[in-house]
Amino acid sequence: MNVLRTPDVLVIGGGPAGLSAAVEDASFGCHVIVVNEDLLLGGQLVKQTHKFFGSAAEHAGTRGIEIAKILIDELERFSDRVEAYTNCSALGYYRDGVVTCMVGEERYFKVKPKKIIVATGALEKLIPFPGNDLPGVYGAGAVQTLMNVYGVKPAKRVLMVGAGNIGLIVSYQLLQAGVDVAAIVEFAPKVGGYWVHAAKVRRLGVPIYLRHTVKRAIGESAVEGAVIQAVNEKGEFVGDERFIECDVICMAVGLTPTCELLWQAGCEMHYVPELAGHVAVRDKTMRTSHPDIWVAGDAAGIEEASTAMAEGRIAGLASAHSLGHIDEEVFKERLREYWMRLDALRGGEAGSKARSGTSKVIIETWEGKGVEVR
Amino acid sequence: MRFDDFATGVLTQEMAKAAAPPTKLWEGKRGGLVIIECPQPIPCDPCHANCPTGAVLSFEDINDLPKVDFAKCTGCAMCVAKCPGLACFVVDLTYGGDGEALMKLPYEMLPRPEEGMEVDCLNRVGEPVATGMVIRVQDPQCDKTLVVHVAVPKDLILDIRAIRVKSHG
Repeated sequence: MNVLRTPDVLVIGGGPAGLSAAVEDASFGCHVIVVNEDLLLGGQLVKQTHKFFGSAAEHAGTRGIEIAKILIDELERFSDRVEAYTNCSALGYYRDGVVTCMVGEERYFKVKPKKIIVATGALEKLIPFPGNDLPGVYGAGAVQTLMNVYGVKPAKRVLMVGAGNIGLIVSYQLLQAGVDVAAIVEFAPKVGGYWVHAAKVRRLGVPIYLRHTVKRAIGESAVEGAVIQAVNEKGEFVGDERFIECDVICMAVGLTPTCELLWQAGCEMHYVPELAGHVAVRDKTMRTSHPDIWVAGDAAGIEEASTAMAEGRIAGLASAHSLGHIDEEVFKERLREYWMRLDALRGGEAGSKARSGTSKVIIETWEGKGVEVR
Repeated sequence: MRFDDFATGVLTQEMAKAAAPPTKLWEGKRGGLVIIECPQPIPCDPCHANCPTGAVLSFEDINDLPKVDFAKCTGCAMCVAKCPGLACFVVDLTYGGDGEALMKLPYEMLPRPEEGMEVDCLNRVGEPVATGMVIRVQDPQCDKTLVVHVAVPKDLILDIRAIRVKSHG
C-alpha cells in the first residue's frame, strides 16, 4: 500500500459527478483510481429516495438511490482498470503532483496521477441563532443520512429552515418516515425549490411561511422548540414571535462548493454568488487553470445532481482525450452532446442562476492564458 | 397572513380550472383524463417520455410546460406513476353515476392503502374534505410510487389532491 500509485486519472469524490467522470474515463481505457470519503459510493444519491427530474439521459423519473446503483454497476464493468476506495479522504495536493490519501485513520498512501478530476461536492451552510448548538439542531444532510441510509427516525416533530429543493424534499421524506413537519420557514419571499416539490408537502398539510426565519432554539439540554418570526425586505425581524414545538430544527439553508484541493493546487478561483461560493475558472471541458486538473459537480458550483452527472461526463471525456485515448472526432461529437444536455438542463427559469453563474467562470480556452505548467 | 397562496405550491382555483380537461370530452371518457398541475418551467419530461399514447405532447425544450392532447389520453395513469413531482392526476367522471368520480392519485406514504378501505381525501393544503373509498391499488413502475384509485364525491375533483390512510384509535 505504501508504493506510489500512478493511475492515468485520479477522481476525487465518488458522487454523481465523480462516478460519471470515472465511467467515462474508464470507457476509453484509462486506468482510474476513485477515492470516496464516505463509506458508500454514490455521494448524496444514496440518500435521495425521491425521483429525479431531467430527461432519460439523466435517469429522470428514477430515484436517486437507484441512479447510484446504475452508476456503480457501470463502473464495475471496468473493474480491470478502476480501483475505488471508500472511507478514503484526499488529504492534500502537493506541488510535485502528488495527492495524499488516507483510508480510515490508518492506511496512508500517495497517488501521482497523470490527471486529476476534483468532484468533491459541497458543504452545508448553517445560520447563526441563539441555541443553535443544542442537540437537535441538524443539517438537512444529517437528517437525510440518519433516515434514509441508516433507517433511524431522526425526530418526532421537525421545524424545517429553508424551502429550497433540499428543504422541501427532506420535509417530504420526513413525512414518509412518519415524522411530523411542523412548518417550513423560508427567509426569501418565494420558495427556492421547484413548485411541484412545495405542492407535495402543502397537500400533506405542511405550512410554508415565506419571509420567516428561526430566531432562537428553545430547550435546556436539547431542542424543545423554536421561535420563528417574520422578516422584512431588509431582513429585520418584524411582527410577533411565534413558538413552534419541535424536537429537531433542520437547516436546509444552502450548500457551498468544497474547493480546498483546488486552492491548494493553485487553480484560478472566483467568488460567484450564483454558484454559492468560490469556484474554479474552467474551460468548456471543465479544465481548470491547472493543465492537469478538471472539476465537476457541486465542487464546480452548486447545481443539481443531473448537471453534476453531465459535467462529470465532460471532465472524464476531456481528461481521457488529453491522455490521447480518444479520437478527435469522437471527442468533439461527445463534447457537443454533453453540452447540449447541460444547456437543456440549465435552460429554463429554474436554471437561470446556474446560467448566469457559470457564464462568469467558463472561458473559451486556456491557450495563450500563460498558465504555468508545473 | 396568507399561507395558502400560489408562491408556496398551492394552485389557484383559476389555474386549477384551466388545467382541467374540456368538460364534454371528459364526461364521456371511460378511464378518465389526466390533469397535470405543473405551472413552473423546470427541466423535466417523464410525463411525455412515459406516455404510451402520445397524449402528453413532445417537448421542444425540456423546460417547456407539459401540454396534453386530451383526445389521445386514455387515463392509463402511467404519468401519475412516473412524474417526479407527483403533479399528474387522473379523474374518471364516468365512474359510479351522479355523485361519484374515480380519481387515480400518486401515493408514496405508509401505511399502504388497501382495496375497500375508507381514506381521508385531502385538498391542496392538506385539509380533509371528504372520505373516499379505495377501489384499486397499483404499483405500475414497481418502484413504490403507488397509483391509488379512489371513489370521491364528484363535486370535489378539483380540490382533492391526496389521500391519507385513517389512523386507528
